[in-house]
Amino acid sequence: MSVFVDQTSRVIFQGFTGEHATFHAQDAMKIGTQVVGGVTPGKGGTRHIGLPVFDTVADAVRETGADVSGVFVPPPFAADATMEAIDAGIKCVVVIADGVPVHDMVRLQRYRVGKDAIVIGPNTPGIITPEACKVGIMPSHIYKKGRVGIVSRSGTLNYEATEQMLALGLGQSTSVGIGGDPVNGTDFVTVLRAFEQDPDTDAIVMIGEIGGPQEVAAARWAKDHISKPLVGFVAGIAAPPGRRMGHAGAIISGESDTARAKMDAMEELGLYVARNPAHIGETVLRALQENGIR
Amino acid sequence: MNIHEYQAKELLKSYGVPVPVGGVAYSDAQAAQVAEEIGGSRWVVKAQIHAGGRGKAGGVKIANSIEDVQKSTDAMIGTRLVTPQTGPEGSLIQRVWIEQASQITKEFYLGFVIDRGSQRITLIASGEGGVDIEEVARATPEKIIKETVDPAIGLLDFQCRKVATAIGLKGKLMPQAVKLMKSIYRCMRNQDALQAEINPLAVVAVGEEEKLMVLDAKLTFDDNALYRQRAVKEMRDLAEEDPKEVEASGHGLNYIALDGNIGCIVNGAGLAMASMDALTLHGGRPANFLDVGGGASPEKVTNACRIVLEDRNVKAILVNIFAGINRCDWIAKGLIQACESLNIKVPLIVRLAGTNVEEGRRILAESGLSFITAENLDDAATKAVAIVQG
Repeated sequence: MSVFVDQTSRVIFQGFTGEHATFHAQDAMKIGTQVVGGVTPGKGGTRHIGLPVFDTVADAVRETGADVSGVFVPPPFAADATMEAIDAGIKCVVVIADGVPVHDMVRLQRYRVGKDAIVIGPNTPGIITPEACKVGIMPSHIYKKGRVGIVSRSGTLNYEATEQMLALGLGQSTSVGIGGDPVNGTDFVTVLRAFEQDPDTDAIVMIGEIGGPQEVAAARWAKDHISKPLVGFVAGIAAPPGRRMGHAGAIISGESDTARAKMDAMEELGLYVARNPAHIGETVLRALQENGIR
Repeated sequence: MNIHEYQAKELLKSYGVPVPVGGVAYSDAQAAQVAEEIGGSRWVVKAQIHAGGRGKAGGVKIANSIEDVQKSTDAMIGTRLVTPQTGPEGSLIQRVWIEQASQITKEFYLGFVIDRGSQRITLIASGEGGVDIEEVARATPEKIIKETVDPAIGLLDFQCRKVATAIGLKGKLMPQAVKLMKSIYRCMRNQDALQAEINPLAVVAVGEEEKLMVLDAKLTFDDNALYRQRAVKEMRDLAEEDPKEVEASGHGLNYIALDGNIGCIVNGAGLAMASMDALTLHGGRPANFLDVGGGASPEKVTNACRIVLEDRNVKAILVNIFAGINRCDWIAKGLIQACESLNIKVPLIVRLAGTNVEEGRRILAESGLSFITAENLDDAATKAVAIVQG
C-alpha cells in the first residue's frame, strides 16, 4: 500500500513529447511505473518512446484507462491542462510547473469544488512510491521502499530528508511534494490523512518552511486525527522578514510565519521536531524507536 | 512586483475608482506647473518610493502655495527617504506625486488579498483608516471585516453593502462604496494583482457633498503573470530594486543579500534556507540566499560564484547541491570554470548529492584545485563555519 499512487496506477504525461516529460517518463518506467501514454495537442495518433500520443486527456483516458497524470506543460498552460485532466476523470494530477499565476490557481481550486480528484503541486518535485510509481522529477535512486511517509513544501529539502533517512536504513511508503506556492492543490492535512489511513505507513515526516499558516494548522489538526508518530521541520530560521525566499509562498509577513514560531507550535502540539535540518533523519529514527516501531 | 503610488492611482482611475486630481513631477519647476494645472489652493506633495511609512518619515507634505509646492519638491527630490520599511540606507526619491489636498471627514482601511486559508480573494475592511492594519488586527480583531469572493461568481453587490454597513458607510456613500469595491476587485483580477491596499480610503467634503476617495494605494502584482500583463510590466522601476538581485534574476538565479560572511550557492529554495539554518546553528552567518534553480549549467554556476563574491564580506563559499533535475557533473564543471575564470581566493566547501554525484565528485577530485568536500549537510556547515572562524 501507499498513498495516491502505486504499482497499479496507470500514468499519462501531459506535454508528453517535451524534453522534461520524455526524460522523466523514461526514468519513471525504470522504477516500475506503468506509463501508458501521453498527451500533446496536435500530435494525437503518433507514438513517442514506444507509447501512444493523444490530442486530449479524454482520448487518453478512454484508450488507456489512465487514472494519474503528470502535467509537464509550461506554467501559463498548467492550470488549464490540470482542469482538462480532472474533467477527463483523472484521479490524481501532479503539476510540476514552477511559476503558475496565482489567479490561475484560485480559479483551478474553485473548479475542483465537488470533484474528487487530488491535485499535487504546482511547483512540486512530484510524488513517488518507491519501486512502484513515480510521477515527478526527483532523483529516484535515493528513494527506497519503506514505511515512512514524507510530505514537504520544498523539493530539494525532501531529497535531503530522504538521503538522511537512507543513511539510517529508513525508506518511504510514499513521498509527496505539495509545492512551494501560496495557493496549491493539496495541503498538508490531505496528505497526513492519507498517510494515517495507509496500513503501510508507520510514521510521517512533515517538512515546511516560512510563510503562511499551513504547518501549524496541520499540526493542530494532527493532534486529534493522527495516531502515528509525526516528525516536523520548518526551514528558514535564518531568513529575514519581508523577503520572499525563492518560493512564492516563502515570506515572513508576521510573527507566526517565522520558522521558530512554527516549530515551537509543532512541539507544543506533540510533534517530534527536528530543530536542525541535518537532524531530520535521526529525529525520524528516534520517533520510531520511542514508539516501539523500530 | 510593486509599483509606485502614482501608478497605482492612475491604474485604479482607469477602472473608475475615484482618486484625487493630481500629477507626477520630476523637478520643482515641473511641480509648480502640475500644481497650477490641477488647480485649487492646497496641495499634497508625496515622495514616490515603493516602501511604506512615508508620512512619518517626512515624505508627505502639505503645501498652501505654489511656492510651498516647489520648496517641498526641491527638498525631497534627490534625497534618500528612510522609513521603517526601507532599511537604514533609505530609498532615493526621484519623483513626487502632487494632488489637491482633500478635506477629510473620516478614514477607512480597505484591502484585497489572496487569502491562503480560503485560497480566494478576500476583502478586508476596517472603520479605522490611515493606521497600521496589522496593529488593529492584533489589538481589536472585531474591528476587521472580512468577505471572501467566489472566483466563479465575482464580488457581489450585497457583499459590498455588508462591508460598507459594517464600517459605517451609509446613505449616499453606500452605492459609491459598492462601485468602488467592485472596481478594485475587477482591477485586481484583470491585472493579476496579488494585493490591493487602500489606506486610507476617505470620505471627503466636496462643497456640500460627501464623496469617497482613495487617498493612498499600494498594488502588488504576480511576477509569474507579467507575461500577460505588458502594461503592468512597463511600470516596473528597477531603481527600487537591489541591483545585484536584478542582475542575478537576469541569469536565472534567485539571490538575496544578507549580512554574514559565508556565501551560499544552493539548488532549491527549501534547501537554500536549510543551508543558511545549518550555518546559523553552527554559529556561522550566511552572506546570502542563492537558489541556482533547476537545470543549472556550468555558466550559471560561474555567474552564481561571481555574484556571491561581489560581496566583499564573503570569507568562504558553501556550495550545497542536491541534484534532482540538476546534474552534479555540470555543477562540478561550473565550479572549476568559476575557479579558473574568477581566480577565486576564498575556500569553497562543496557538498554534492543526487543525480550523477559520483561523476561530479570525480571531476572535482581530478581538477587539482583545492575544494573542501563535505559528505552531508551537517559536515558542510561544520567545515564552513570552522574555516571562517579560523
